[in-house]
Amino acid sequence: MEGVIPKTLNEALSLMASKNYIPVAGGTDLMVRYKRWKNLTPSFPAAPLFIANLPELRGIYREDDELIIKAATPLSDIEGHSDIPVVLKEAVRLMASPGIRNIGTIGGNVGNASPAGDTLPPLYVLDANVVLLSEKGKRTLRIYEFIKGPGKNDRREDEIIYEIRFKVPEYTHYFYRKVGTRKANALSKLSFAGIAKVENGIIEDFRISLGAVAPFPVRVIEIERKVVGKKTEEIDGQFIDSIKKDYEPYIRPIDDQRSTAYYRKKTSLRLIESFLRAL
Amino acid sequence: MKVRFKLNGEEVEVEANPASRLLDVLREKFGLIGVKEGCGEGECGACAVLLDGRVVHSCLVPFANVMGKEIITIEGLRKTEEYRIIEESLLDAGSVQCGFCTPGFVISIYALLKNNPNPEDKEIREAISGNLCRCTGYQMIIDGVKLAAKRGEKLWKA
Repeated sequence: MEGVIPKTLNEALSLMASKNYIPVAGGTDLMVRYKRWKNLTPSFPAAPLFIANLPELRGIYREDDELIIKAATPLSDIEGHSDIPVVLKEAVRLMASPGIRNIGTIGGNVGNASPAGDTLPPLYVLDANVVLLSEKGKRTLRIYEFIKGPGKNDRREDEIIYEIRFKVPEYTHYFYRKVGTRKANALSKLSFAGIAKVENGIIEDFRISLGAVAPFPVRVIEIERKVVGKKTEEIDGQFIDSIKKDYEPYIRPIDDQRSTAYYRKKTSLRLIESFLRAL
Repeated sequence: MKVRFKLNGEEVEVEANPASRLLDVLREKFGLIGVKEGCGEGECGACAVLLDGRVVHSCLVPFANVMGKEIITIEGLRKTEEYRIIEESLLDAGSVQCGFCTPGFVISIYALLKNNPNPEDKEIREAISGNLCRCTGYQMIIDGVKLAAKRGEKLWKA
């Protein structure tokens, strides 16, 4: 199936409305998923629509108190941008390798909806929204509404992922950790993103998210609420144990070629402890 | 579909499926076989080229995405003084054994030194983290990069 290179965003949207196209940005996931033998064109199950170079889909902007990252912005642009919160920047910096970050996009990583997608835990703690665009208009979803499960998202066939946006939170502590087999090019065994705001010894904001330990990133607001409002000296061993116990049922990893469920669970709980102890 | 782009300094136009891999187009349509296929999954960096000055793995780039862009392969780089310095430095430092990965490494090293003429070890390792070499164990390549940084001092800063 011959692909199309739309010249404008409007053309892309009208094509998306006309029949089933597969939107392709950097290609770092899809070109591998559909590849065949060398010198054969990858076999996309529907015609690919190449949207990476549409200017309307690239760039990082501020709008009032929100930060907007257009969907086809390459990861390396995010890594190098001063407005991006460190917790996201750190996650992006540790993804893949320079040559992949130069073309892989944030919209692609989010849309891929991999349980191990490295931008997801930071975007979950940032309360990011995903904006979808079609000829019918924009649709804004919370990131956890958009991600439906491994490889599944809420994009309709006529929509493209337009932008990711979030309010930049104030925080005094952040912790990001990617656990993988080696530094470059490793898919995460698990990943942890956390931010917290401590003022005058009181925890005013506390958010954590874990990747690759459940069918989608883990973020549990009810548990976070137990931490918010506490004085830092109240974060003792007993309290930490109770929080870890609360998280246990939500951390449901699997055994696979990268790691074991046992290791993932144990390490996740220790990272939670480590972040709490640092407050 | 006909796609126009700049290849090693020349405007070119070629008929190819827009979903083709840039790697295949470069090798088959232009005979640029210095661009190697190793893994075909973006892991090994043997197919690295520069797209608008940035390192990319050409096995991952749909040909559609190079429309109107500039691609430089190892063959294009070869005409430059910067290449000569990298080549000599890698040879002198023993950074080349079987040589299959070398074109990809040279692309990554060139992009590094152009942006950062005086890299620390950590930065060199980061810059070549997308290139695999099964012969040298990397330390000799890192030595080669340092040698190139020193020898080409004025060039990199230009």
